[in-house]
Amino acid sequence: MVDMTTAHLPAGAGGRPAGLGRTLRERVRTAARSVAESAVTPLDLDDLLDHFHPLRRGAELSGRVLEVVPETAQSATLVIKPGRDWAGHVPGQYVRVGVDVDGVRLWRTYSLTHGPRRDGSISITVKAIEGGTVSNHLVHRTAPGTMLRLAQADGDFVLPQPLPAKLLLVTAGSGITPVIGMLRNLFSRATPPTTDIVLIHSALSRAEVIFAEEIRGYAARGLIRLVELHTDTDGLLDVDSLDELVPDLAERPTYACGPAGLLDALEAHHSARGLVLHTERFRPVTVAAPGEGGTVTFADGREVSADGSTPILDAAESAGVLMPSGCRMGICMGCVLPLKEGAVRDLRNGALTVAVPGETDPAGVPIQTCVSAPAGACSVDHS
Amino acid sequence: MTTITRKPENPTAHLTEADIEQIGIELDAIRQDVIDSRGERDAAYIRRLVDVQRRLELGSRAVLLGSAIPPLWVLGTVGLSVAKILENMEIGHNVMHGQWDWMRDPKIHSTTWEWDNASTSDGWKHSHNEVHHTYTNIVGKDNDLGYGIMRVDEDQRWVPFYLLQPLWNFVNACLFEYGIAAYDLELGKNLRIPKEKRSAEFQENLAKTLRKIRKQATKDYVVHPLLALPFGGAVGALAGNLVANVVRNVWSHSVIMCGHFPEGVETFERAAIPEDETRGEWYLRQMLGSANISGGKVTHLMTGNLSHQIEHHLFPDLPSNRYAEVAPKVQALFEKYDLNYHEAPLPQQLYSAWHKVVRLSLPNDWLATTTPKNLPSQLKTLWAMSTKGPKVRRAAQARLTQLARRQQAAAAEQPGSAAA
Repeated sequence: MVDMTTAHLPAGAGGRPAGLGRTLRERVRTAARSVAESAVTPLDLDDLLDHFHPLRRGAELSGRVLEVVPETAQSATLVIKPGRDWAGHVPGQYVRVGVDVDGVRLWRTYSLTHGPRRDGSISITVKAIEGGTVSNHLVHRTAPGTMLRLAQADGDFVLPQPLPAKLLLVTAGSGITPVIGMLRNLFSRATPPTTDIVLIHSALSRAEVIFAEEIRGYAARGLIRLVELHTDTDGLLDVDSLDELVPDLAERPTYACGPAGLLDALEAHHSARGLVLHTERFRPVTVAAPGEGGTVTFADGREVSADGSTPILDAAESAGVLMPSGCRMGICMGCVLPLKEGAVRDLRNGALTVAVPGETDPAGVPIQTCVSAPAGACSVDHS
Repeated sequence: MTTITRKPENPTAHLTEADIEQIGIELDAIRQDVIDSRGERDAAYIRRLVDVQRRLELGSRAVLLGSAIPPLWVLGTVGLSVAKILENMEIGHNVMHGQWDWMRDPKIHSTTWEWDNASTSDGWKHSHNEVHHTYTNIVGKDNDLGYGIMRVDEDQRWVPFYLLQPLWNFVNACLFEYGIAAYDLELGKNLRIPKEKRSAEFQENLAKTLRKIRKQATKDYVVHPLLALPFGGAVGALAGNLVANVVRNVWSHSVIMCGHFPEGVETFERAAIPEDETRGEWYLRQMLGSANISGGKVTHLMTGNLSHQIEHHLFPDLPSNRYAEVAPKVQALFEKYDLNYHEAPLPQQLYSAWHKVVRLSLPNDWLATTTPKNLPSQLKTLWAMSTKGPKVRRAAQARLTQLARRQQAAAAEQPGSAAA
C-alpha cells in the first residue's frame, strides 16, 4: 500500500506560495489517505503501518525500550523512546504503561524519572515488588527492543512556577521516582535554581536506596540538604520528628510521595498545622471493608463475578472482557462505564452507587470501574 | 444419515448418565490445562501470523500491479488467495471466537476484529458463535446444516427441487462469503416478510452488510485495479482479486463441509435435546457432530485448524494453535468411551460430504438401490417422482425403501459380497 500512496504524492508543490502549497498538500494527503484506506478495508491504514513503523506520528502511542539500567538489586530504570506523538511531560508527572506479561496486556502507572531529555527519550524507574507481576517483569525480564504501550503523561504532582524560595521533599521507597525527575530537571539547567531544597528520603536499608549516588551527589555539591533514613536502623519516618529534622518546616511547601501510611500521617500532621502539602499516591486508598461482591453482567450477556474487594475492572479483564481503563486509581475517569442496574461500592470510601431502571438515568449511572466493586448483582452497559 | 435418536442403534446407547458427566469433567480438565499454560508463546504465534498475513497480502497486491506479466499474475493471485484464506480461517474465524481475548490486546480481540469477508463480524458472530456452536447439528436449529436451502437429512421430505442441490452447493461454494452474509441476516426468512413488517434490527443489519459488501467490492474490484492501471495491470488485478476471492470461498466452504457433513457425523433431533442439557451432554453432542481432517501442519494452518473440528467444537475459545496438542488427549477419551473419532484426509472427507449432498438430492434409497443394470427403470422412477405429484412420489418412495431393504437382506445372507 505504501508504494501506492506515494504515487499520489504531489510533485513540485515546493515552488508554490507557502499557503497555497500547504492547502494543496493537505488536500492531496487527505485524498491519498482515503484511497489508501479504501484499498486496505476492513483494516485501517494505521493497522498496517503499525507493522512497519509503530512509533510514527498518528500511531497509537507506544514506545520502544532502549535500555534497562539496574538501580538496586530490585529496581531498574527503563529508558524508552516514545512514539512521535508523545506530547512531553513536566517532571513529577506519571505515565501509564501497557506491558505484555505472559502474553497478557497489563497496565500500570509509573513516575517519569527524567525531566524532558534532549534525546527525546523518557524513563521510568520500577521497583520490583514482591508478587508484582508487572514490576518484576519490567525489572528482571525486559530486554531492550521490547515494545510498550504508553498513554500521555498525566498528573499534577509538579513543582510550581516560579519556584518558591524553600521546599521540602519527603519520599519513601520508590516514592523517590517522581522527585528524582524534578531534581534532575532542576539541576540539569545551566544555572541551577536558588531554591533551598530539603529532601527527606526513607528506604528499607542503605542498599535499597534508589538513585543513592545521585541524591548523595546533589547533597555533596550543596544543591540540596539530604536527610537519608534507613528503616533497618532508623525505623520508619515519624512525622512528629519533622520539626527536629527541618526546623523551618513552616516556611516550606511540602511535596511527598510514598506508601499510604506515610502520606496519611503527613496529611494529618500538615492539616493540623495548616501547612501546604502536595502528595502523589501510587495506589488508591481503600478504606471500605470488603463488601458483598456479586455478578456483573455485560451488555453482550457475559457474566463476571467479583468479590467485594476486587474492582470490576480487574475482574472483567481477568475474564477476557476488553475494558476501557486509565490510571486504575480512581483519578482519570478513563474507565467510566454506565451502570444500568444494581449497586456498586466505591472501594475508596465504601459509598454505594445504585442504578434502578425506570428511576435513575436510563442511559445508566456512570461508575469508575477501577475503584468500584459489585455490591450484589449488577449490569454494566459495555461489551 | 438419520438423526441420532431415530437410528436403529444409537451410538451413545452404551453410555450411562454418569459416563456422560465424567466425559464432561475430563474434557473440562483438558481445557483447563491449556488455559493454565497459555502465554507468551501463544501471543507470539498469533502476532507473527497476523504480521506474516498482512505482509503477504501487501506483497501479493504489489505483485499484482505488474500482473500484465503472466508469471507475476500467477504469483500475485496465489499469494493473495493464500493471504485471504489465512485471514478468514486461522485469523479472523478464531479471533472472532474470542480465542485471543485473554491477551487483552484491543487490536486482536473478538469485539474489535473485522474480517475480509462480505459478512459483518457482528452478524457472523451471532449466527456462528451463538447459533451454530450452541445448537450444533440440531436439524432445524443449526443453519450451518444446509444453510436452509439444502436437504441434509433423510428425515426431511424429498421434493424435486432438491435434485438441483448439488448445483446450489457448488454455486454456494463459489459465492460462499455472500452466502454467509445472507444467512447471517436470515435473508430468506426476512424477505418472505412484507417489507414494511421487517424488523428494524434486520433493516439495520442489512444496511451494515450492504455497506460492508460495497467497501469490500470497491477495494478488490475498483481500487486495486485502478492502482494497477498505470502499470497496465488493471485487468490482471481485477482478475487476480476475483480468483482469490473465489478460491478463498471454495476453500472455506470445503473445509466447513468437511467439519459437519461427511457420512458418519451425527445430527440431532430438536425434540430429543433436553431443555436443561448438561455440560456433559453438550460435550457429547459436539463430539459426535463434528469430523476432523487429518494432515500436516500446512493443512491445519490453511483450514484455520478447523481440521481439528472436533477439538474446536469442544473448546471453541481455546487458541487454535493448541488444538493439535489437545487432539491426542481428546482422541484417547473417544477410545475410552468407545465413540467414533471421525477423522480422514481432506479428499476423503470432501468426497464423503459431496456424496452425501448428491445422495440426499435424490429420493431416499434411490442411489443405494441403483445399479448399472436397473438404471433405466430407476431413472423412470425418478422422472415419475419428479413430475407426477406427491401421491406418485409416496408410492414410489415406498417401493424404493422396500427394494433397499430386500437388497440389504440379500447382502446379509451373503457375507462375502459387498454391501450395496
